Amino acid sequence: MIRTYALLAWTWTRAAAQYPLSFALMTAGGLVVGGLDIAVIWVIFANTDALAGFGLTEVMFLYGASQLAFALADMLFGNVDRISQHIGAGTLDVMLIRPVSPFVQVAADRFTPHRIGRSIQAGAVLAVGLTRLDVPLGRVWMVPVMVVSGIVIFTALFTLGGALQFLLTAAPEVANAFTYGGATLTQYPLSVYDTRVVRGLTFVLPLAFVNWQPGLYVLGRPDPLGLPSWTGLLSPAAALTLAAVAALAWRAGIRRYRSTGS
Amino acid sequence: MIEADGVGRTFTVRRRVVHAVRDLSFRVAAGEFVACLGPNGAGKSTTIKMLTGILTPTSGRIRVAGLDPSRRRTALARRIGVVFGQRTTLWWDLPLRDSLELVRLLYKVDRKVFRERLDEMCDLLDLGGFLATPVRQLSLGQRMRGDITAALLHDPAVLVLDEPTIGLDVVSKAEVRDFLRRLNAERGTTVLLTTHDLGDVERLCRRVLLIDHGRLALDGTLDDLRATAPGVTSIEEVVAGLYLRSRTTPRTPPPAPRPAPDGPSGRA
Repeated sequence: MIRTYALLAWTWTRAAAQYPLSFALMTAGGLVVGGLDIAVIWVIFANTDALAGFGLTEVMFLYGASQLAFALADMLFGNVDRISQHIGAGTLDVMLIRPVSPFVQVAADRFTPHRIGRSIQAGAVLAVGLTRLDVPLGRVWMVPVMVVSGIVIFTALFTLGGALQFLLTAAPEVANAFTYGGATLTQYPLSVYDTRVVRGLTFVLPLAFVNWQPGLYVLGRPDPLGLPSWTGLLSPAAALTLAAVAALAWRAGIRRYRSTGS
Repeated sequence: MIEADGVGRTFTVRRRVVHAVRDLSFRVAAGEFVACLGPNGAGKSTTIKMLTGILTPTSGRIRVAGLDPSRRRTALARRIGVVFGQRTTLWWDLPLRDSLELVRLLYKVDRKVFRERLDEMCDLLDLGGFLATPVRQLSLGQRMRGDITAALLHDPAVLVLDEPTIGLDVVSKAEVRDFLRRLNAERGTTVLLTTHDLGDVERLCRRVLLIDHGRLALDGTLDDLRATAPGVTSIEEVVAGLYLRSRTTPRTPPPAPRPAPDGPSGRA
């Protein structure tokens, strides 16, 4: 799987290098968009000292963790929610006749390394936040665990979005609402939102396990909703559960695939 | 090598159930060369897609090279080769050689075997002149030869081609036909192709499957096909007659209950 992915990603990178100007512009564009996101946080803190009780470094930590997870998931698997294009163009047929998982083929499709820009930037924000925070060694191990869980959660969301498109070919935007929407939601401490939203993100769509619950654990903060502090440790379990659901949905989608006319 | 028993596939289009293929049963033995004919929309492509595991049949049982295509799709992919006349399986922006190298890695073909096979194909299909050309710059004839090479690198027991000669000029067509004929005769590869070009059928196929309204309308030799229209000499006219007749006759009524095929029964 990993070998095949790397092979296909390298192939697409070489193919993208055939159009160097486009390659350079996309990289620059990615950096500008990410820079604007950070600028927004700076603007907020230029006007206030705390956001829902969280200081700038804590928000940087939460932002960095969720955006790093999202950027990596998007870079590696974000294409999966564009499967309707492959269904429409008939290229999914070609993927299905190869002895390789169509999931890997779709995910690696048109891979370009320029997307790494956003991950580097989010990683930098996370690193700066962490160094300023003085997290005790006994809890810092949770940071890589939460980033990996976040990658799995976002990947599962992309996969669910892709699976949905076997039913609703014309609705990739519905999927985007959950993936990109989820990434935006988790940029800030969840306590800025209404408690009903936070409950939904904890028990229904487990976005709270990307950076909020594990982040509270790392920061040593009590949950504003009163959940015990070990809730953050459940991130890997929440991620794996969602991944299992997504894998089943994807398989069901492939079996329901209708192909095109010719 | 290929077994289809009571195979059906329905599509729901605006809440109406459309039978693209129904109650299709046939067998193809190892080493046969079979053409699948039928008017546009008859269900040929749907059949091919079910045989290759792209589509899951709604009923019936399929075995290709001993495997159930929809359940063992990736295992099957190593045993069959598939060529789509209307779309390429190669990488658009890569030179043909790189595309083939990637196919080698995906199918885990040994490097030495690959080199021998590629040399052989270069000889037979005259690829040498455009191995370094990006696929997007190849002519249709060159691209088709590249696609056929890609489908055969892992030496499959069965080759399935969906309209392999569509849009090709007379010379390219002849080259592709000659190659397929030799592949079947010398390597014993089982070949199943769909086509609208009766020249393909006359020069290549001992056996014809005529699909019409999703059903098997005829399974026999070219002579059997000719016998449906006594006195007509041109095979084109024979087939045109059959296609026209199918257009004017109303859709056949639902089939009578059929004895269940042996083995596990089809999923509803």
